Amino acid sequence: MNFLTKCNLAKPTNTQEFIVMNILKISLANIKKKKSTSFLSALLLTLGIGMISLLLLLNKQLDDQFKKNIKGIDMVVGAKGSPLQLILSSIYQIDAPTGNIPLSEVNQLKRNPFVKTVIPLAMGDNYQSFRIVGTNKTYPEHFEVSILSGKLFEKPMDVTIGDKVARTTGLKIGDTFASSHGLDEAGDAHESHKYLVTGIFKPTETVIDQLVLTSLESIWEVHQHEEEGQSNSIELLAHEGHDEQEELQITSALIKFRSPMGLMALPRQVNSTTSMQAALPSIEINRLFSLMGVGIDTLRALAIIIILIAGLSVLISLYNSLRERKYEMALMLSMGATRQTLFMMLLLEGLMLAILGYFCGIALSRVGLFLFSNAAEQDFHYSLYQFKLLTEEVYLFVGAVGVGFIAALLPSLGIFRLNISRTLAEE
Amino acid sequence: MIYSKGLQYAYDQKRILQFPDINCSDQETLLILGQSGKGKTTLLHLLALLLKPKAGEIVIDNQELTHLSPANASKIRSKKIGIIYQKPHFVGSLNVLDNLILANFLANEKENKSKALFLAEQLGFSDHLYKKTHQLSQGEQQRVSIARSLMNQPSVILADEPTSSLDDDNCRKVVSLLKAQSEQIGASLLVVTHDQRLKNEFLNQVQLS
Repeated sequence: MNFLTKCNLAKPTNTQEFIVMNILKISLANIKKKKSTSFLSALLLTLGIGMISLLLLLNKQLDDQFKKNIKGIDMVVGAKGSPLQLILSSIYQIDAPTGNIPLSEVNQLKRNPFVKTVIPLAMGDNYQSFRIVGTNKTYPEHFEVSILSGKLFEKPMDVTIGDKVARTTGLKIGDTFASSHGLDEAGDAHESHKYLVTGIFKPTETVIDQLVLTSLESIWEVHQHEEEGQSNSIELLAHEGHDEQEELQITSALIKFRSPMGLMALPRQVNSTTSMQAALPSIEINRLFSLMGVGIDTLRALAIIIILIAGLSVLISLYNSLRERKYEMALMLSMGATRQTLFMMLLLEGLMLAILGYFCGIALSRVGLFLFSNAAEQDFHYSLYQFKLLTEEVYLFVGAVGVGFIAALLPSLGIFRLNISRTLAEE
Repeated sequence: MIYSKGLQYAYDQKRILQFPDINCSDQETLLILGQSGKGKTTLLHLLALLLKPKAGEIVIDNQELTHLSPANASKIRSKKIGIIYQKPHFVGSLNVLDNLILANFLANEKENKSKALFLAEQLGFSDHLYKKTHQLSQGEQQRVSIARSLMNQPSVILADEPTSSLDDDNCRKVVSLLKAQSEQIGASLLVVTHDQRLKNEFLNQVQLS
């Protein structure tokens, strides 16, 4: 008894805090009591919030990745074909190249007064599905990437590898390897030509991380000998046109302009006077995003509908529970509870479910992103890890609490219409 | 102590019920007997300030209470009146102990756990404190609701048919507990019932007709 009395003295004496604490306790007990309906409401909200949050995360990640790699590149020239394919293959290294173009034509572009930099790219081989890209030092310079160890490729067959390539394949400086033909691992190995790793780049979180960079000469060397050796080898993208002339070819080139004026004149000029096509990254990526946008909009609409259904489920569950607990409410009113107190108590039940659903949803979206990212990493070598809370998700919290509030408000208002005496006399 | 004078209640314009005067001092008991439909519950609700009378007055502890606002009536009720309803009702999501302490909390009084434990001991349900109320038998539930009505040391205890759903054994037990407890805290005990078994248990009786 003595001990208990002491405990009572230790209880908070501030009435306001006192009341809030206890209302919270009763609300929680009520949520726990109707487990299945509470679970359903929270689950629906979790799904809705999770979907929207995942969409936001993916959108931001893709946006970041696309923007980071596109930065500073005004135009891409390559073989005629799909301009989107040209952009995806040359800038993001995720699609097959459109074909080959003569180096001489690209070199002519260099003399154009609008052009500041021309970065040549030659693709067609891979090592353990990491693409080997022939280029010159302007490419790493463009990404402002510095060397972690070793040095940049100089001689033919020297390579400098990206951070992710080094981590995944375990290649070290001084290692040699043979490339595989084509863009996936399954291609035939060019066993007669071994590359030598001379350097490793620092991580950049750009496409460089997943590339093996070498000089243009290496690519030419590997494929020239190849063609001499086996005349009917599988002709793959990078090789077409080789047998007709001995002219040097590359896959595409990234162009930077001196001034925005170049944008007006150059693409048209390239498309009409050369055998190449010019593609503008900003336009193609916008097109890509507007294509994906339809899907994203549909998913977002679906998620909003799920959230609204979650709200409806909270509303119905509270409405039912208020009907079932009518006597309980009248009892508490007769014991001195004010209607405002009970109103707050009911409101809290809805709000707590909303908050619970929100946090589960946010957690769910992170799990979803993790899985998605793993898949994307396997297919494209892009990682999409970003688990920080987004600003939009803070708004989402306000939205979720708003839905919970409104859903709880409507049935909770019923407490102000309850007739104590009649309810108590009825049963 | 509680007394009423000339109480009238109007269900609507035509049906007006008149009640006999009630008078019950501290530590006294009063049995109000009446058949169904004679307004037993209405009288109890009037005395409990849950309903407003058309005419007449109610005095508890020398305080005239008929003209109080609903909020003030609620305050007085929570502190001075303990009510036991015909069927024991509780907040289903809370356990027995919390249901008792709830009476303190709702009356804005300090939570008195030791009192709850003491009452549970006295009324014989201290083994069930952490069970949910629906797990208890009817007789046990009625004893818990008696304990709840005593939590704020009321000066009046109003019981509405407290024994109607109990067998003879439990009926006797509940009545003697009620009487003992109200005497212990010096409250007036009013029991409204049609249960003829209680006739011999109370000295003072009023018949509703």
